[in-house]
This record gives sequence, C-alpha cells and structure tokens, in this order.
Amino acid sequence: MAAPTTLGENLRAQGVSRRGFLKLCAATASMLALPPSMVPRIAHALEATRRPSVIWLSFQECTGCTESLTRSQAPTLDELILDLISLDYHHTLQAAAGEAAELARHQAMEANPGQYLVIVDGSIPGPDANPGFSTIAGHSNYDILMETVANAAAVIAVGSCAAFGGLPAADPNPTGARSVMDLVADKPVVNISGCPPIPMVITGVLVHFLTFGRLPELDEYRRPMAFYGQSIHDRCYRRPFYDRGLFANTFEDEGARKGWCLFRLGCKGPTTYNACATAHWNAGTSWPIQSGHPCLGCSEPSFWDGGGFYEPLSVPTTATATTLLAAAAAGAVVGGATTARAKKQTRNLVAERQPVTVEELEKKL
Amino acid sequence: MSELTLERGLAAFRAEIDGPVAAFFSSCVHCGLCAQACPFYLETGDPKYTPILKLEPLRLVWESQFTLWGRLKRLLGLTPKVTDAMLAEWEGLLYDSCTMCGRCSMVCPVGNDIYAMIRKAREGMVQSGHAPEGLIAAAVRAINTGSPMGLKWKTLAVQIKHVEESTGLQVPVDKEGVEYLVLLSSMEVINFPEYLEAITRIFDHAGVTWTLSTECFEATNAGIQIGNKDIAARLVERVVAAAERLAVSNVISPECGHAYTAIRWEGPNLIGRPYPFQVYHIIEVLDALRSAGRIHTEGKESDRLSMHDPCNLARKSGVIAEQRRLMDLVADNFVDLKEHGRFQWCCGAGGGVSSNERAEPLRMAAFRRKKAQIEEVAPERMVTMCATCRTQLEEGLEEFNMDIPVVGLTEMLAEHLVEQPRTPTEAQPEA
Amino acid sequence: MNGSMEFLLWTKGPMFDIALIVFALGLMARLAEIFLLGRAPNYAAPRGKEWHRGLRTLFTRNFPDPGTFQRAPFNVLVGWIWHLGFLVILLFFVPHVELAKGVLGIGWPTLPNPVIDLITGVTLVALIATLVHRLTHPVKRRISTSEDYLVWTLVFLVVLTGYLAYHRLVEPYPLVLGMHILSAELFLIALPFTKLTHIFTAFIARWYNGATFGRKGVQS
Repeated sequence: MAAPTTLGENLRAQGVSRRGFLKLCAATASMLALPPSMVPRIAHALEATRRPSVIWLSFQECTGCTESLTRSQAPTLDELILDLISLDYHHTLQAAAGEAAELARHQAMEANPGQYLVIVDGSIPGPDANPGFSTIAGHSNYDILMETVANAAAVIAVGSCAAFGGLPAADPNPTGARSVMDLVADKPVVNISGCPPIPMVITGVLVHFLTFGRLPELDEYRRPMAFYGQSIHDRCYRRPFYDRGLFANTFEDEGARKGWCLFRLGCKGPTTYNACATAHWNAGTSWPIQSGHPCLGCSEPSFWDGGGFYEPLSVPTTATATTLLAAAAAGAVVGGATTARAKKQTRNLVAERQPVTVEELEKKL
Repeated sequence: MSELTLERGLAAFRAEIDGPVAAFFSSCVHCGLCAQACPFYLETGDPKYTPILKLEPLRLVWESQFTLWGRLKRLLGLTPKVTDAMLAEWEGLLYDSCTMCGRCSMVCPVGNDIYAMIRKAREGMVQSGHAPEGLIAAAVRAINTGSPMGLKWKTLAVQIKHVEESTGLQVPVDKEGVEYLVLLSSMEVINFPEYLEAITRIFDHAGVTWTLSTECFEATNAGIQIGNKDIAARLVERVVAAAERLAVSNVISPECGHAYTAIRWEGPNLIGRPYPFQVYHIIEVLDALRSAGRIHTEGKESDRLSMHDPCNLARKSGVIAEQRRLMDLVADNFVDLKEHGRFQWCCGAGGGVSSNERAEPLRMAAFRRKKAQIEEVAPERMVTMCATCRTQLEEGLEEFNMDIPVVGLTEMLAEHLVEQPRTPTEAQPEA
Repeated sequence: MNGSMEFLLWTKGPMFDIALIVFALGLMARLAEIFLLGRAPNYAAPRGKEWHRGLRTLFTRNFPDPGTFQRAPFNVLVGWIWHLGFLVILLFFVPHVELAKGVLGIGWPTLPNPVIDLITGVTLVALIATLVHRLTHPVKRRISTSEDYLVWTLVFLVVLTGYLAYHRLVEPYPLVLGMHILSAELFLIALPFTKLTHIFTAFIARWYNGATFGRKGVQS
C-alpha cells in the first residue's frame, strides 16, 4: 500500500498546483458552511496531516454509492477525495483479490489501531439473521463489520442502506437487514444518507475530520448538519409555487410544463433533508426536481416504506376506504346490539309500568 | 298501596328516550345559546336556568343506558347516578322555571328540541314523586271533579243562563250531529265569562251548528302540564268520548294555549289512535269562517292595539297568520310586538307555572321580558287568545302599574258583528 | 430507531388505521343508537309536511334568528367564524384533498395556500376567543364540563399544529407534521365519544326538530 505521506506532498507529487489545492480548500469550506477565514486552516491541516487509512466495506448494496463517487468528472473534488485518504481496502476498486485482499484489510487495521476510518456501504444482516444471507470470503457481513470497527477511529455509513437499512431492510426485510448505527454502539458513526449520496458530502466529511480532528455537527439521524440541515422543500427553487398554491397535477399538464410545485405528484421534498437543491448532481448540471420529477425522499429513513413515490405526502400509507367501510359496518352492529339491548330492557320496563293514579298523587299532597 | 318511587321515575325517563332525544343529547355542544332564549335566565341572570341544564337527569339516563360509551363509563363509575336528591333539586328547574314555551327549541343551533324533552323529563318527575304540589292538586281535581279548578257543570249552567238572557239566543247543550263541540277552560268560565257569550253570538251570526257537552266541557289538561300520560290520557278520553257520543265532526279548543296542544297534538298519541273528528282552536275556526265570508263586521277599534301570541298556539302549533287576519278585520291601529309569531316571548305563566304557587316570584320575573316588549311598542290595549296568558298579562301589568287592559280576540270580534245577521243565501256568493 | 421520520410514518401508517377504525366504528355505533331507537307513530293529524320542513331546518339552523344574534353577537359570530374556518381548511387545503383522494378516491377543487394560511390564522384567534368566552360567560362557565375543555384542546391542537407545520416553525419538519396528523387522529378517535359527534348528529337533530315543528305547520 501507499507509503505514509502527508496529503500536501501527495498532491504535489500528482501535479496539483498550490492554487488548485487552495481552490479545493475554499470549496470545501463553503460546502461545510465555514467562514472564508477557515480556508488557510483547512489548507494547513490537509497539507500537514498524514493521509488516514480508510477501509471501505461493502455489504448488502448495489454499488450505486461507489458508482456515484467514482463517476464524478475528473479532476474535481470527487476524484481528489481518493487523494485525501489512503484507501487500503475496497472490493470494487482495489487491485488485490481473494486472500490478498483480506490480508490488506488486516494489515491496515494492525498498522493504524484507533486511527483508521471505516466507510460502509450497504446494510448488514443483523446478529439474529441467517449469517449466510451475505458473506465475504466465508465470513458473515456482521462478523466482518464488528471485527473491522473494533479498532476504528470512526465509521462513516455511506448511502441509505448503510445509514438506515435502505432497500434490503424494506418491508418485509427478508434478510433481517440492519443499519450500521443499529449495530455499532461504541464508535462515532456518521451517516451520509441518500440513494446514492452526494459525492461532495463524503469529501466534506473527510475534510472536516482531517481539519478539526473530529466529526462535524450531526442531526438526529447522525447526518452532518452542514448538508442535511435544511429540507429539499426549503431550498427548492419551485417553493414559491407551493407558497402560491400552484401545482402540477399530472406529468403532462400546464403546471408540469411551467415547472410548478410537484407536491401533488408525490414530492417528498418537505420531509427530506439533503443538499440536492443547492449542490445539484452531475457536476452541478441538474437535480431530480429540476428535471421535473418529485423528490423520492431517498435520504430519509424508511423511504421505501414511507408511502408510494407518487402518493402525496399527506396520504396515509396503509388506510383504505375498505378499512373505513369494514369498521363502519362493525360499528353499526355494535351500536345496533347496544340499542337492541337497551330497547328490550325498556320494553320490559314499559310492560311492568304502573300507571300514575290519583291516590298516589294525593299521597304527595 | 303503591306509591311513586325513584325506580318508577327512572323507568319513566327510560321509556321517554327515543331517536330524537338520542340525537339531541349527542349534539349539544354547550354553546349556551338556549339561555338567550329563556325568559327565566334572561330576567334572573342565573345560569342555572340554562334550558339544556334542566335536562341533566334525562341526559344521564340516556348516556348511561342507551350508549355503549355511557355503559362503559357507568361500569367504571364515571357517571353520576340519578338520585332522589338530584331530582328534588331539579324539580324547581323543570317546573318552576320552565313554561315549555319552546323558544329554546327554535334557537338551538344544533336543532335540539329542548322543550319537548322537558315534557318527557316531567314524566319521570311525576313517577318519582317530584312534581310540585300545585300541579298535583290540579291534576287530582281534574280527575275527580272534571276541572283543574274544581268547577262543576252547575256553575257553567248558571253562566249559560246568563248568556241566554243577555243575548236572547239559545246555548245548545248535548246536541247530536252538529258541526262543532265547543270546549271551555275553567279559567275562562270563572275569569272571562265574555268568551261564551262571544262565541254564542258569532256562531249564531255565522250560522254554525254547535253544542256544549254536559259530559265534558273542560278543555284543559292538567296531565300534560304536570307531565303524566296516564292522567293526561284519562282527561283526553273524556273529550273523545263526549265528541263521539254527540257524533260531532269537529272539536273546538277554547282560548287556551295548552288545552289546544293537549287535544290537538298529544291527544291522539295518548289514546293511541287517530280521532274520528278534527280539532281546531277557536281562532282557526273564526278565521275559516272569515275567509268563507260568514262573518260580517262593522266599525273598527281605533286605539293602538298590540297582540300577545300564546306559545302553544303560535310557536308550538303554527297558528300565527290567523289571528292577524282577524285583527285586520276589527282593528285600525294594530302593531305587532317586535319579536312575535314563532319567535314571540312567553308571558311566563305557561307549562303549569301558573298553577304552581311557589313559582310565583319566578313567574313575575319572567314576565318582565314580556313587559319590556310591550313597553317597546306602547300599545293602549293588548289582545290575546289564551286565558292563562291573559290572566298573567293582567296580573303582571297591574304589578308594574301599567294601565294597559287585556282583551280576548274572540270577544273583540263579537263586538263588531253586524247586528242583523244575513241569511245564508246572501252569504253564499262570497263564500 | 425513534426519530421524527419514524414518528411521522407511524402517524401516517398504523396510527392512522387505528384512528380511522375507532372513528368509523364509534360513529356508526352512535348513529345506529340514534336511528334504531326511532320514533313512536304519531296519530295527530299533520298540519304541514315533515320531510320538507325538516330538510329546510338542516339549512336554516346555520343562521340564528335576528333577536338571538342581537342578544349574543359575540357567541354567534365567533362560533361561526371558527366553524367556517375549520371547515374551509379541512376541505380545501391541497394536502387534505390529496388525503381524501388517497383514501376515498375522490377529490375536489382546492384553495390557494395563502388563502388557507390566512383563514388558519383567523381560526386560531377565533378559537382562543371561544375559550375566553367559555371561561368568562356565566352560562358557559356553568354548563361547561371537562369534556368541553378537552374537545377545545383537541380542536385547537389540530389547527395550531397545522399552522406550525405549514410555516415549518418546528424542526425537524417530520416531527411537526407527525404532531399535526396525530392531533387529527386524536380528534377522530374522540369524535364518537364526545360532543364532537354533533358534526354528524346535529343534522339528525335539526331534521327531527324541523320535522316535529313542521308537522305542526311551523318552520323551525
């Protein structure tokens, strides 16, 4: 594996100019919502810091997260991310195979105890699940994960499967899939959710870790606030249409053509926290809502089970008119029985009713 | 010997609960608007007189017996029980401070027919022995003597003689097969003998065949006022028996409000079958005669007149336009009270309050609303068509030193009849 | 995991089912309790038509007679405003119509969001006014029970959380949206067992009232 060098040396060896390097630092600062005065500190930290060893574990996943990361245009931030770290183990990217590959993982763990980062993509069949659902070199995903994180500095769960269980955990979750934070209790876990996540966000978190020596501020789902602090809806360029009540009702109508709000077509923007609306995809080309499609809410927990993609947010996920009718019918029976009983009792009382007589009344005088 | 008990009262409450009662209690939102329709609340300012509150015993019985939720609440001990102590407290609310005028039923935004439920609640009050003495005494007298005031035919016979002497006309008694059986109220016979004379003249003038019945002359129904269907049914049966015996086609209820609602609306249901005859209030009959051209009047009253609509007649029976058409016939300067007809205000004496001596202070308090209405219009005389209302108006106006005489509409009409009655052939074209 | 999104999905999923079932079952039981009791036959000769007048009363009772309005203008007006506001928001806000479309399969036209927003503000103020009135007017204070205050709270919470959610005044949004849905569900659950039943039974009561008076020739 690569010799332990500082990031600065490494970048210069690769022909990245000082100017280019500072641009990277400035872009990262802005992404992390840090003030411009922080740029020199970032630059200094990145130049001076040894590249951390990173072990990338892929479990029940589709490789979409890796695709997202590696398909970014070179030589942008996303390519440079690979220069920020010493990627010592990654199924898809590493040259080694078989036992040599597993050996690389073990070497990295032994060489940097308590120092290395673990990046996980994909969900893991939990300890109670059949370990055979997903194995690598004969070891279950769960065992590999627990073994690898034991001496890690921190764990970064990349993609919604690693962060929240994702598609494998969707109802009925046949493999008993769990998220990383579900299983790793004693290490810092950062979730970079999304299906796939925005590549810049991974860079941002790494830079932050290298610069400040700690993980960035996280939200309730352990996602970096800098990227997940605001909802898609709040930053959506179509928001003014929502506020004015202008909606596309179908994908072909006037509203759709005019680029009105996609709420009624099932947009989950209001409940989805991610940076798509500001960061955009494909080198800033576009993003789903800009292309006319409602947000699926892919960076939120349970997004597969959170109602149909094209069902508006306010539609309940399971209730139907049949439920309503069945309950109403049962209610009619219950009410009918109560009344029948009350009526019968009343009939009996009426049958036994004593008429009021003058004598009875006179007694009250 | 049997006696009235709480158990019998509770059974009576239960027996009174039907679909409408369930709908009404289900719908009350405690908005308090019914209080704004109640003269007893408005004139005393005491919120305990809020109409819907008067029904609490009936409501508790409904909730705990007729709803699943209430049954559960009762099992958990969350619903208070209706006790003798509670009913004793509510006796004053259900009798002394309610004339069953029905105004709250017209105002309730969710449509609760509150006065109808008061009527029902009184059934339970009687059966549990919680009715006011004054009303019990009236009911006993009505059954025992035929009149709530203890009046006998002997007294009426004397009055008939007087009427015959002063009019020179015969007052028909126990005549079979005539058009109308005329009923009277004891109060009229005692306080307003002019009424009998007036109808004798008018019917003679219009060529109407009619009769009184020695078997039953009393129209009022103390059973309805106290709220007991056994007493009420016995009193109605007397009327029905007399009408059937004489084979009349119509029965006329006198200038009395509750007598009319008793015979007209409750009677058939009390005896459990439709009548073989029609029931009319005298005002309806007079208006029908007027529109048939059988009444000819001359001259008009020129003083400023206003009119009090009896609740039972107007709001509770829909006789509203009739009395106004008759007024137009004989009055030049008639002005209606501001709120009249179905939204009139009660005089304060109906629903048995006038027979309930201990309610007198409340009765006079409730009258203040009527007084204010009268003052607003400032008439020289008031006209009405209910002996109870008329007595209350007279008493009340006297109490407040207001010199406004009260007259019955029927008498006023009789005073304007053309002296020489026309022959039936002359009247025909106009009919 | 017990985050805001799970809470939101719980309110949109199992809790909504529970609320809907309790509501439908409870309400139908209440309606059955009313209709099966029925009315005794009426032998008195009618003066007017029951059905016609009963149906008219369904409508006419929306408006007080002029005298009552003069005597209790605040009560009437404030009641009117918040009822109307609540209904308009419930029936014409886009997400609510989408909900109906999703569950019942029928939709209808909607009102623009700023209009709904304005009405919501007015409704909230009117609701506070009704509470103040209930706490201060002698009649209302005397006849109010704990149920009245419970129901007020439920209604107020539904509108308030809706307002907070629309303006995204609570973070994270799934939490406040879930609170709004949960309040609405508590409202639905309470409906058959409290005076909220009047939403349905008031029309039955009005019909009975109108029919009873109508039979006697009076438009009530």
